[in-house]
Amino acid sequence: MQPVITIEGLTKTYKSGLQALKPVDLTIRKGEIFALLGPNGAGKTTLISIVCGIVTPTSGRVVADGHDIQADYRRARMKIGLVPQELTTDAFETVWATVNFSRGLFGRPPNAAYVEQVLRDLSLWDKKDAKIMTLSGGMKRRVLIAKALSHEPDILFLDEPTAGVDVELRKDMWAMVRRLRERGVTIILTTHYIEEAEEMADRVGVILKGELILVEDKAELMKKLGKKTLTLHLQEPLAALPPELGEWSLELRDGGEALDYVFDSNADRTGVPSLLRRLSDLGIGFKDLSTRQSSLEDIFVGLVHGSQAEAA
Amino acid sequence: MSFNGYGVWAIYRFEMARALRTLWQSVVTPVITTALYFVVFGSAIGSRMTEIDGVAYGAFIVPGLIMLSLFTQSIFNASFGIYFPKFTGTIYELLSAPVSPLEIVIAYVGAAATKSAVLGLIILATASFFVPLQILHPVWMLGFLILISTTFSLFGFIIGIWAQNFEQLQFMPMLVVTPLTFLGGAFYSIDMLPEPWRTVTLFNPVVYLISGFRWAFYESSDVSLAVSASATLGFFLLCLAVVGWIFRTGYRLKN
Ligand SMILES: Nc1ncnc2c1ncn2[C@@H]1O[C@H](COP(=O)(O)OP(=O)(O)OP(=O)(O)O)[C@@H](O)[C@H]1O
Ligand SMILES: [Mg+2]
Repeated sequence: MQPVITIEGLTKTYKSGLQALKPVDLTIRKGEIFALLGPNGAGKTTLISIVCGIVTPTSGRVVADGHDIQADYRRARMKIGLVPQELTTDAFETVWATVNFSRGLFGRPPNAAYVEQVLRDLSLWDKKDAKIMTLSGGMKRRVLIAKALSHEPDILFLDEPTAGVDVELRKDMWAMVRRLRERGVTIILTTHYIEEAEEMADRVGVILKGELILVEDKAELMKKLGKKTLTLHLQEPLAALPPELGEWSLELRDGGEALDYVFDSNADRTGVPSLLRRLSDLGIGFKDLSTRQSSLEDIFVGLVHGSQAEAA
Repeated sequence: MSFNGYGVWAIYRFEMARALRTLWQSVVTPVITTALYFVVFGSAIGSRMTEIDGVAYGAFIVPGLIMLSLFTQSIFNASFGIYFPKFTGTIYELLSAPVSPLEIVIAYVGAAATKSAVLGLIILATASFFVPLQILHPVWMLGFLILISTTFSLFGFIIGIWAQNFEQLQFMPMLVVTPLTFLGGAFYSIDMLPEPWRTVTLFNPVVYLISGFRWAFYESSDVSLAVSASATLGFFLLCLAVVGWIFRTGYRLKN
């Protein structure tokens, strides 16, 4: 696959001394949807901002569509569109004016037909003469998307596109992302939600504390991330795990009142039915049971531990 | 693409549109203020003043008044133009756009300078209703008008980038430029001052700007045309150098 963005040894230390990015190496493939997954403060926005020219890198190199983002910033930036995380718009401009402004700013000659199409695709056409401040938050986000698409970019960055967006707009947004991909636009989006990455992306990168700890095809990742925890609340507390339960990696907690079993929900044999049978054979009764998907935090912790173990 | 003309034009138009939206603020307020100056200084006080260098007092103050508006409006327009996107966050778009620092300066400073030059002409027209005006060197007059509008717009642009809150934005125009203008011979000839104040006043850069501009009207000046013209040009180049430095270092614009 042809690379469309190459990031090499990219670091960022803010003036405060905070190192927001440890050396990051990443290649984005042409035409893919890449999801950058990570908790608050992981460095997602910093990474995107550097590629888009808003933040100056401390060291490292980024090439976008064959153009170095610093030495050849003009040609690199003309290819890139950015929808920022924050809803920052002018208040008094009309939708039509602000989108055409963006197009001009990015060096494109006026093209009313194209801008109209973008606004129609985003269901903004009937709002084209409205002042931005009169729009709802979701519509403002669409305006930001329209601005980012106004200059026909080949690469689109969406920084948390679905934060604070209702289900319908989220669906619209995903549909739009797919349409763009069909046209050959490469899309890089950030998100906190695994489900979102699962729904949208071809590949997923996980970033944690400024470190890109994993980049993987979605299918691969989902296997790893499909861990669930079964918790059994026991009728009688157990002092210790009976040896008969050695087959399952179980954990006793809450003073022996609860039993945790972590299993792979994607596996053919999860071990849950046999565990329950064995428990009843042993006469260990339970009042209640629950299963829960590992939270993003759990998964990150797992991944970090995993990567440390590999390194050791 | 070696020059992003569409980009410059987009910013320029955006800035001009902002002025048209706030037409009241941008034009009507300064015109009314100026008219008040004429009523107070020109008619009420001016009628009791003698002529200065053969020019009626009311007419004498016209160049100074226009300068006062040019200074404050150029600084205000240009500083606000670049400060506001920083404040709201919309600057992300400018920083991620394929526009060079020079293009950004041309667009923002060009728009601010256009606005204040037009405003200067409007004030001039207003003044002609109150006092008999005479412009002996119209080309020089326009030259000074444009150069000073541009210079103070550059100056304002620097303030807009430097400022981190609205107080700092107001600081220069209110606490530095306006006093210097009042003390710089906007309303009197510095020859009227006793020593040592006359000499002290010569350290005020605004004296040279006003003097040259007034010369273009009446050929009466506090310092020679050559001195005032080079002082104006010098200030322009200084502001240009500072702007160049800001962009080379990314000072306060990018993290
Ligand atoms: N301008 C700045 N100056 C100093 N530190 C900053 C600046 N911007 C971001 N940071 C810090 O850098 C780290 C990474 O921030 P960043 O915004 O890239 O995270 P993020 O992954 O986008 O988080 P979120 O999911 O909350 O948007 C954080 O610790 C943040 O506090
Ligand atoms: Mg972020």
